[in-house]
Amino acid sequence: MTDRTIDDTVDDAYGATESEPAEGKVFTATGGDWTDIAEEAASLGEERIVVNMGPQHPSTHGVLRLILELDGETVTEARCGIGYLHTGIEKNMEFRTWTQGVTFVTRMDYLTPLYQETAYCLGVEKLLGITDEVPERATIARVLLMELNRISSHDVAIATGGMEIGALTVMTVGFRLRERLLKLFEHVTGLRMNHAYIRPGGLAQDLPKGAVDFIRDALPDIRRDISDLEKLSNENPLVKARLVDTGYLDLAGCMALGITGPVLRSTGLPHDLRRLEPYCGYETYDFDVVTWDSMDAYGRLRIRLEEMKQSLRIVEQCLTRLEQTPGPVMIGDKKIAWPSQLAIGGDGMGNSLDHIREIMGTSMEALIHHFKLVTEGFRVPVGQVYQAVESPRGELAVHLVSDGGTRPYRAHFRDPSFVNLQAVAAMCEGSQIADVIAAVASLDPVMGGVDR
Amino acid sequence: MTTNDESGPDAAALATTAPQAEVVARRQGMFGAHDAGDTSGYGGLVRTVALPPPSVRPFGGSFDAVADALEAALGADGTAFGDAVGSVVVDRGEMTLHVHRERLLEVVRALRDEPDLRFELLSGVSGVHYPEESGRELHAVYHLLSITNNRRLRLEVTCPDADPHIPSVVEVYPTADWHERETWDFFGIQFDGHPALTRIEMPDDWPGHPQRKDYPLGGIPVEYKGATIAPPDTRRSYS
Repeated sequence: MTDRTIDDTVDDAYGATESEPAEGKVFTATGGDWTDIAEEAASLGEERIVVNMGPQHPSTHGVLRLILELDGETVTEARCGIGYLHTGIEKNMEFRTWTQGVTFVTRMDYLTPLYQETAYCLGVEKLLGITDEVPERATIARVLLMELNRISSHDVAIATGGMEIGALTVMTVGFRLRERLLKLFEHVTGLRMNHAYIRPGGLAQDLPKGAVDFIRDALPDIRRDISDLEKLSNENPLVKARLVDTGYLDLAGCMALGITGPVLRSTGLPHDLRRLEPYCGYETYDFDVVTWDSMDAYGRLRIRLEEMKQSLRIVEQCLTRLEQTPGPVMIGDKKIAWPSQLAIGGDGMGNSLDHIREIMGTSMEALIHHFKLVTEGFRVPVGQVYQAVESPRGELAVHLVSDGGTRPYRAHFRDPSFVNLQAVAAMCEGSQIADVIAAVASLDPVMGGVDR
Repeated sequence: MTTNDESGPDAAALATTAPQAEVVARRQGMFGAHDAGDTSGYGGLVRTVALPPPSVRPFGGSFDAVADALEAALGADGTAFGDAVGSVVVDRGEMTLHVHRERLLEVVRALRDEPDLRFELLSGVSGVHYPEESGRELHAVYHLLSITNNRRLRLEVTCPDADPHIPSVVEVYPTADWHERETWDFFGIQFDGHPALTRIEMPDDWPGHPQRKDYPLGGIPVEYKGATIAPPDTRRSYS
């Protein structure tokens, strides 16, 4: 493709351009000059100022830019600027095979990689019409990993949210807990993040030997950390002073703005896709949908803490089922099942020598098949699907369009952080500037997912 | 819209009554090489890409109830179902209404407000670009969720590339604000009536709409251990 559609008349199409503010005086703080700025601002006698918070502010959860119009300490208007982490993942996926897409989607919302992987793979499986043929063991492992991921995601939301309102011990306990969970992910998938472990048709490989016991042994520590978080936050007068009645959003507001997840459940509506449109066999697991009725940041904190405990319940059920469910973790159809025969060697994990010996030494058909599947990929029948899962932040959904080829024709992710951020104006306008931090933290946006 | 010779007169007669599948593209050859001679021997291969064909009643499940309720609601406003909804596609357990853009606002308002429909939540808006489908190059796809009835519904609205205008649904579903901005940003569809249709992911002064099929992916060749790896959009493709 040499036919670039970019305007050649502009010298540097991506360079910064000079722009003058529409009104008012602009101050640029570079550090150490606060006294000068304060004096100059005071001499103007203007109470109304527009503050640009971010995109590099630590409490904006990454590269979120908040544009706040202040009257004294009160926020009169709040707007979000996003796009600073846009990496063109959806466009890139159109140039890779359906299986390679997993490697991209896992990098979107970096706190919930296993949800993107599962949603994407469920979507591809629906397009292929093989939803019912995915092996039981693979489905249980997906649920197990998703629920562990829910704990780690909620944990980071609470830890960073706590840090932002000054509860530093909540942060240290939270990150200790996160470390325990990342160890489990590393043990099962080989990586702490960016797993690319779930594939269309099943899993990349089976859980390592002893993984069930390894996870089970870690559960008491995880449970103790969750309990510590509860003790530090639930009745903490400072936490309650900062969070109760902060970031208020009622049911009508949630519906209009498309808000889902803990924010919607904090209005008392038990909306959970695991119950309403079960996928991965969630209808067979025993758990409660947690709701709260305060519609504020405190309610969302309590929901997240309680959901972590509910996830532990599901994890325990998964471990029991995994022990009773042997068998393949990849679909039997060899035209779809990506060859992933791996083995541990002296230098770490690599291709299984037995598999190499078979395809290189004994079976030319196996070699051809392996080569075609890996380089060309499988074809997916024409059509489009929409597949939603309940991620820790709300409805995470994928809209996949296939043109019958070996690559996605279009892959679009409905990321819950993207939608939930639209509530910032409704939650923050009229409140104190300090409450903006707590309100945004209660939305728990992750910019990797917002910008994709 | 091809009629095979071997399908016989019965099929030809049927074709006049049964709805036609939407052909969005024709692919020729293989391996993505179009500038050289037919070295692979696959150059004569022609494949048409036809989206799942429109369905006829009964649609099955609760889909008929949705269609009936929408027909009644539109009828009460004096609009015939066929004037607003071009076709109904039921595929893989999902229902898609192809809505004419002139009637989009009436349809979404009925879908949200009609007691039997109650699609309270708009999950999202996204775009798809079919450059070869002349006159309907740009598609906007809306996903609706009814929490009351636990149903989902997809609306698909098309517009030609030469006149990329679709009415905005922000006044009915405020959540569409950012979704429509994203679709404008990536596909260049202009949502008329949107309160502030500006770019959202790309910088304000970005030229072009990156998710369109005629927009290159970009990238440079990468050298690794003596070999040069071509950028992804110039590699061999099988589609």
